[in-house]
Amino acid sequence: MSGADPDTARGTAKGGVHSPQRHDSALKHTTGEAIYIDDMPEPAGLLHAALVLSPVAHGRLRSLDLAAVRSAEGVAAAVTAADIPGPNDIAPVGRDEPLFAETLVEYAGQPVAAVAATSLDLARAAAKRAVPDIEPLPPILTIDAALEKGSLLAPPSVLARGNVGQAMASAPHRLSNSFRVGGQEHFYLEGQVALAVPGEDGDLVIHSSTQHPTEVQHVAARVLCLPYNRVTVSVRRMGGAFGGKESNASWVAAVAALLAWRSGRPVKLRLPRADDMVATGKRHGFLYRYEVGFDDDGRVLALDATLAANGGHSVDLTPGVLTRALTHVDNAYWIPHIRCTGFACKTNTVSNTAFRGFGGPQGVMLMEDAISRIAHALGKTPEDVRAANFYGEGSNDETPYGQKVEDNLIRRCVAQAARDAAWDQRRAEIDAFNRASPVVKRGLGMFPLKFGISFNIPSMNQAGALVHVYSDGSIRLNHGGTEMGQGLFVKVAQIVAEVFQVDLDRVRITPTSTAEVPNTSPTAASTGSDLNGWAAFAAANTIRQRMAAFAASHFDVPEDAIAFRDNHVQVARPGDNRTMPFGELARLCHQSRVSLSSTGFYKTPGLHWDAAAMKGRPFFYFSFGAAVAEVAIDTLTGESRVLRVDLVQDCGRSLNPAVDRGQIEGAFAQGLGWLTCEELWWDGEGRLRTAGPSTYKIPGSRDMPPVFNVRMLEDAPARAATIFRSKAIGEPPLLLATAVWTALKDAIASVAGHSVPVILDAPATPERILMVVQGLRNRSGELPSS
Amino acid sequence: MSDTIAFTLNDRPVEATGISPAMTLLDWLRGPARLTGTKEGCAEGDCGACTVVFERLSSSGARICEPVNACLVMMGQVHGCAVRTVEGLRGRDGAPHPVQIALAEGDGTQCGYCTPGIVMSMYAFVAGGEPPEPTLLHDALAGNLCRCTGYRPIVDAMARVAGHAADAAPPPAAGSVTGNAVLMHGATRFDVPATMAGLLALRRDHPDAWLLAGGTDLGLLVSHDRQIPARVVHVARVPELQALVLEHGRLRIGAAVTYARLLPFLEGPLAPFGAMVRRLGSRQIRALGTIGGNIGTASPIGDTLPVLLALDASVRLRSAARGARLVGIDDFFTGYRKTVLAPDEIIEAVDFEVPLHGDIFQVDKVSKRRDQDISTVLGAYLLRVEGGIVRTVRLAFGGMAATPARALRVETALLGQAWTEATIERAAAMLGEDFQPLDDWRGSAAFRLTVAGNLLRRLYMRASRPDLVVEIDQL
Ligand SMILES: Cc1cc2nc3c(=O)[nH]c(=O)nc-3n(C[C@H](O)[C@H](O)[C@H](O)COP(=O)(O)OP(=O)(O)OC[C@H]3O[C@@H](n4cnc5c(N)ncnc54)[C@H](O)[C@@H]3O)c2cc1C
Ligand code: FES
Ligand code: FES
Repeated sequence: MSGADPDTARGTAKGGVHSPQRHDSALKHTTGEAIYIDDMPEPAGLLHAALVLSPVAHGRLRSLDLAAVRSAEGVAAAVTAADIPGPNDIAPVGRDEPLFAETLVEYAGQPVAAVAATSLDLARAAAKRAVPDIEPLPPILTIDAALEKGSLLAPPSVLARGNVGQAMASAPHRLSNSFRVGGQEHFYLEGQVALAVPGEDGDLVIHSSTQHPTEVQHVAARVLCLPYNRVTVSVRRMGGAFGGKESNASWVAAVAALLAWRSGRPVKLRLPRADDMVATGKRHGFLYRYEVGFDDDGRVLALDATLAANGGHSVDLTPGVLTRALTHVDNAYWIPHIRCTGFACKTNTVSNTAFRGFGGPQGVMLMEDAISRIAHALGKTPEDVRAANFYGEGSNDETPYGQKVEDNLIRRCVAQAARDAAWDQRRAEIDAFNRASPVVKRGLGMFPLKFGISFNIPSMNQAGALVHVYSDGSIRLNHGGTEMGQGLFVKVAQIVAEVFQVDLDRVRITPTSTAEVPNTSPTAASTGSDLNGWAAFAAANTIRQRMAAFAASHFDVPEDAIAFRDNHVQVARPGDNRTMPFGELARLCHQSRVSLSSTGFYKTPGLHWDAAAMKGRPFFYFSFGAAVAEVAIDTLTGESRVLRVDLVQDCGRSLNPAVDRGQIEGAFAQGLGWLTCEELWWDGEGRLRTAGPSTYKIPGSRDMPPVFNVRMLEDAPARAATIFRSKAIGEPPLLLATAVWTALKDAIASVAGHSVPVILDAPATPERILMVVQGLRNRSGELPSS
Repeated sequence: MSDTIAFTLNDRPVEATGISPAMTLLDWLRGPARLTGTKEGCAEGDCGACTVVFERLSSSGARICEPVNACLVMMGQVHGCAVRTVEGLRGRDGAPHPVQIALAEGDGTQCGYCTPGIVMSMYAFVAGGEPPEPTLLHDALAGNLCRCTGYRPIVDAMARVAGHAADAAPPPAAGSVTGNAVLMHGATRFDVPATMAGLLALRRDHPDAWLLAGGTDLGLLVSHDRQIPARVVHVARVPELQALVLEHGRLRIGAAVTYARLLPFLEGPLAPFGAMVRRLGSRQIRALGTIGGNIGTASPIGDTLPVLLALDASVRLRSAARGARLVGIDDFFTGYRKTVLAPDEIIEAVDFEVPLHGDIFQVDKVSKRRDQDISTVLGAYLLRVEGGIVRTVRLAFGGMAATPARALRVETALLGQAWTEATIERAAAMLGEDFQPLDDWRGSAAFRLTVAGNLLRRLYMRASRPDLVVEIDQL
């Protein structure tokens, strides 16, 4: 990439890269004028849709009587699997996932039919009249049951290096443990929604709240047996997504498309919260078993680990999630001999899917557990054991999958976090507090972070953009990335403003559309601004070069004497200060028949991955960080609070520090919820009973740490060829919440004077904490007496 | 009889016709009114995306702004009210409201879907003139979920505008309805009696009608379950049900008194009750929800009920045929969501003696999340200890049985005994005889029993070791 120098000295143009810019829609958000799909003016003749969901977790669908549905007031169409013209398949990767169950229902909440009626209430009322006849079969509801029965979605995957058996056998110390972590509901505030509008010749325009417009296009086209060019998918913004609108948005849109095709009328499907929560996938819960061998210094010599993920009833994105979990078990630690086996368990629950972190958050928990137990076994602090195991710089720096850890910032981040948190001093204070406090105990926890950036599937690491400069000098930007609140649109616009050295408000942000930029990857895996930023850069730079060439001939100077600066183009030569406003240049370019429109394309260089061997270079670079958390627990009730966190996050040279800070804080909050208060609870028949915010509790404002220190690591420009030396930010900070879990374990351990190791499954609800506390008290014979 | 619902919307008089009085305000705003700024995030009162503000003038002429969940409010309830939505916040010059600017400039929005609701909660907070203390800021935000930001920028923005923007919006137009109102459309008839006699007659003649107070329980049937009631009788405008009197050491609370109105009375010796009510739902819920509704729902996890049991309250019921009768709270609940309320009766009021100085009165709520969560276990206790001996004791729990209930065996083990740790330990061990709680998503039976026992230990510790930190909120 040449042309625009990423590090052009700052001119007067406002809103270029590295400046803290507000979200482009911030004011519209607050005035209620930002338009989401359900807010769009409704097209004439619109029908509203509702789903019929299976009440049973596993069973043979003997028949499905829709007579009463079809005869209900206002009903215009009702569809089942039999009405699908194309394949009944919405799988994003594999080929096993039906849009509607046909002969077998595989989870409670699985769609079996859909209805469209003249109003939402009529549609929902009609849907309730469906009579499915299901012969129940015994369901497999837990990871344990799936493992026992060998119910798997794919053969186990193994990430291994060295000779684990031998290293384990000869290790001076060994220990093993098992624990588990629950899944997580995305709880995007805007539920799944799609509006499908039929056009000429049965073409379809779909407005879908999706992170993956191209997949919506493909899935809708697949079920309707249409070539892709007949389906256009568009999205301006989502009211949150977090991975939940990657593959799940596609089938929601496909239902709307199917009903629109069937009825010939526009159809909107907006899931009520309860349907959304039972019918769409979540973060994978995991079960861990491991054995670790280590020496007297706490250095890990061998790790033999099993990670079993609850994939739910179908493949969806589970293999990818499991791969990322396995490639993140090492986290910040060099493990010479390692074998991690991943099981994708098939259960009769909703098919789990992408969720911010995509298996990474689950992966890193294993070593944190091992570290604390090794520390306990050796009478060391977990901090010392961590330090003994960090990836080296220059040696001991190869990951189990063969990629080297370059530009390693682990030690720097950890030292910074410890300094920010005044670790030593507070460690002593907290220990003193605990000795004097029989009921409330405080705990301190640390977490170092390394997170790999790129899609694990190399082919997905590509992006396109489309930039127009109009003859008045206004700029229109489009790219394949989607805006879900993460500030991608403003970041990419900043890049374009930077290229032309114009004010940010000259760049018009436009909805993502498969008609403008085709064949896109999902906006996911934290890659949004890395990929789309480069693509937009390329598009803008192409136009800039054409404009520069024109300006050079206009001013009759060599091209290298032309500079874009301060909303102008100027001659940058001593003694020659001719200049022209950017708009005037655009007008003259048009007059002179210079093309002011360009696409841009980008593919991440240097990636390769052998999925069978689990070796390669899957990541363009690593993002680093560290966190210190202080918590308090009530040993009578199990309630807990986070009192303070000190987060350090490597953002490279941040494209937009305001947006990045928001990503760090928000991701941390989400991780905190996952590990503490957010609990998915299925009953014995496999029905999700926490299917609404009254029972499924995401963190509220009071749950945030009163002292919430966030630092973006200074002077750490990314060295890889990242866009303007920035780094991805969407997912990594979610993992920083792991420090809360380690802190909780520390607080709990203090109940028994740190004499007994603590097993704490997550989410660490009051119940889990209290039961562990109670167990410790029983073992150590200590009562919470005054 | 009328099918016109008249109210003030964003300072303008509105007459909504041709809609069911049981339609939710949210559906009306987003549908017929095409005001889509107000969002639906859950349709069950829990996320706050639908927050709008009800404005009225207090008896002293001060403007009162209360946030409510538009998803729970039926249009019949809106009749005669003044409602402000996010579209109605701009000043006369068309400029956004200071809270909107503060939130936008403070990076308090990401996806923006929670934002209009948060803006309205902020607006109500600022209009109320409250200082920007963390406790109050979180109180004011407890009914609003944000999945993107982690709240820090929202709380900061709110603190910045606190006390600054009270004059930015014009006062509400005086829109008040007097006399009985009957609203009808389609399948639904919605009565708003203005007198006790009118209410009792309706209750007698239509025992199957929904008796609606704030609608924070009943509204879910409409909002979430999409039921269409044939007949609703709204009790909230009957003056007797709005009585709130502290007299001769007794507090009498009219059944239709909202938590928001009640809170200032729960001070002094009743402060533990007040602290719990501040964790009952959110401000949105407390602006509508009533104590009569809590008693009427008679849920085993209704939060005020164990407190009323501990306080030995009496419930005043009234019917057209038999007039008033008083029922002791001990006799009121007869089974899972069952009470002695006769089909022609209404709850008029509840009253109890305020604990005396020196009484031990405590309330503990344990839930998965601190704010806006239903209790897993709630304990309320009133004891008198004299000369080291427990002279009177009432211990009541929610979440432990099919009804809110007293722990009678535990009480027996305490009564007349020395107030010591040993006594408490002995008494706590009796809990398993009083209660066989259920396992559910809020907690297992074992957890509930363990917590309840520990709450008794905490009760003793608080009294005997006031120096100890026994709650994480004290840090
Ligand atoms: C988001 C949310 C959070 C909540 N959080 C809590 C909580 O933390 N703790 C808690 O205890 N509850 C909670 N609730 C439940 C509810 O808010 C309370 O039970 C409230 O007290 C109900 O009062 P209401 O006036 O809204 O009742 P309504 O919904 O109007 O009525 C409830 C029931 O009482 C009957 N009723 C009402 N008034 C009378 C009367 N005068 N005479 C006879 N019967 C009458 C009604 O017929 C109905 O059966 C919550 C609800 C929501 C939606
Ligand atoms: S929509 Fe969630 S509280 Fe009303
Ligand atoms: S900004 Fe997305 S939910 Fe609050």
